[in-house]
Amino acid sequence: MTQRRSWLLSSFSIILFGVVFLIPFAFILLTASKTQQDAAFLQFSWPTQWAFVQNLQAVFEARDYLLIVAFINSTILTVVSVAVVVVLAAMAAFVLERRRSRWTSGLNLVILSGLVIPPAVVPTIWVLQKTGLFKTMPGLILVEIAYAMAFCVLLFQAFIAGIPRELDEAATIDGAGPLSLFFRVVFPLLRPIIVTVVVVQSVFIWNDFASPLYFLPGDENATVQLTLFNFQGQYTNSYNLLFMDILLVTIPPLIMFAVFQRQIVSGMVAGSVKG
Amino acid sequence: MATLTEPSAVATRDSSPPRDRRKTSYPYWFLIPGGVIFAVFFLVPSVMAFWFSLTRWTLFDQEFIGLDNYVQFFREPALASGLWHTLIYAVVTCGLKVVLGMALAVLLTGPILGRGFMRSVAFFPVLVSTIGVGLTFQVLMHPTRGVLNQALDLVGITGPAWLADPSWALLSVALVDVWQGVGLATVIYMAGILSIPGEYFEAARMDGAGAWQRFRNVTLPLARPATISVILLSLIGGLRKFDLIWAMTKGGPGFTSDVMASVVYKQYQAGFYGLSTAGNVVLFLLVILLVLPLFWFFNRKES
Repeated sequence: MTQRRSWLLSSFSIILFGVVFLIPFAFILLTASKTQQDAAFLQFSWPTQWAFVQNLQAVFEARDYLLIVAFINSTILTVVSVAVVVVLAAMAAFVLERRRSRWTSGLNLVILSGLVIPPAVVPTIWVLQKTGLFKTMPGLILVEIAYAMAFCVLLFQAFIAGIPRELDEAATIDGAGPLSLFFRVVFPLLRPIIVTVVVVQSVFIWNDFASPLYFLPGDENATVQLTLFNFQGQYTNSYNLLFMDILLVTIPPLIMFAVFQRQIVSGMVAGSVKG
Repeated sequence: MATLTEPSAVATRDSSPPRDRRKTSYPYWFLIPGGVIFAVFFLVPSVMAFWFSLTRWTLFDQEFIGLDNYVQFFREPALASGLWHTLIYAVVTCGLKVVLGMALAVLLTGPILGRGFMRSVAFFPVLVSTIGVGLTFQVLMHPTRGVLNQALDLVGITGPAWLADPSWALLSVALVDVWQGVGLATVIYMAGILSIPGEYFEAARMDGAGAWQRFRNVTLPLARPATISVILLSLIGGLRKFDLIWAMTKGGPGFTSDVMASVVYKQYQAGFYGLSTAGNVVLFLLVILLVLPLFWFFNRKES
């Protein structure tokens, strides 16, 4: 009896999940494969004529290969910000976790505020202008690092709490200074959490729309999310190309998801339970 | 079998480090590189926002005008309504994520086939570009040609005009937000439910509790930390939401789906930097006013 019901419930839920969560992605894929006339009907239907490759070409060629430039920009932005934030956040978390004082507990509060407070965007532009970094990639990278810092420090802190202090002491007795203690002993031990942070933050920064919109405007610096958004305005009737663009921009997170599913989920949970 | 509950009392060996060594091994300067970036690009702008919100400001010139920006903000219905929409949006998305996340997590931790598949499928939208999701649903929600309304037509329901109908626009975006974000709530709840010891369910079953009673009296109270996480996370996220709303409606039709974050962007675009920053401060206060009492409430009840 329970066996039968669970079969029924299972198949019903699988179908429901498939319909609710997969149909929009199937729609993206199908529309990206259609000709312009076909796509304009907005139907959920098989393409009458497959135009996947032509669309792919057209999307890349649009506006002087802007999408390729955007892919390069987004890759630079993501890789550099994530690499820097991982090292700096791990260093900070190491000292904040190991050295308990009035200072560090105050700093922990400041870090928590970084998770809650909505960033003040126009004053950030003012800071960027004062430092000559407005509309530059380094400026945007620094902002992304600042925004990611709180979340990363908290994740690292939770993980470092589980590493025994005896290890530090042993290394110190062997003559390791703070730098070599951290980089040669502790940092390698952080591997699992580093993978989590890298994956989660890469997806966040790759998908970030508001920061590039505010801090790196202009076509020559466009990131993929901006091209996606601008695309809509410029090619209002080419739904096939719009959806091809959506598909392309979705592929990197999709790969990340497929490869690192476990880490992404555990990282999201760890971070969210903290936050 | 009931004696296995004593937590390990053995692991409390004193391991406090020698005080003099601490100084050399954990230098404060490790905090400086990350701290400077965080301070310059996050804290400084956040604090400066209070000053700039009191000025007429062109990024180069500033003229102190007191509370004029705030007065203007609350006088203009198009701006002030953004405050209400933000609240409605955050509460609706948060509530739905709590309820649906809980329901899906109970389903996916139960005896059911294809769990792995369903967990993956529900979580995937969390990671996908919000702009991409927004643009896709803009098409799916087309009033007449959209897939959503055509599907509803098949079962005899005339769907609303979703994004084009002023009374539906904000809610439509909120629904898409829930579609995209419910996977995260589900995963958090799943982690919470799986950490509940099986004996509790066993005991409840022995006492003759039905499925609903087990949920009501065991799962719900013991998944409380997960509920707190989901509420705080989705509330903060909802209050700050910008990209999805901007991709789907740009605050329209009219100003009916404008939230604080889109008001801030519109005023910035229009060159009213002081007013835009005042909007940011209002949003900041709203977040603090909502989230701090919640923090306090949750902590108090827990101890």
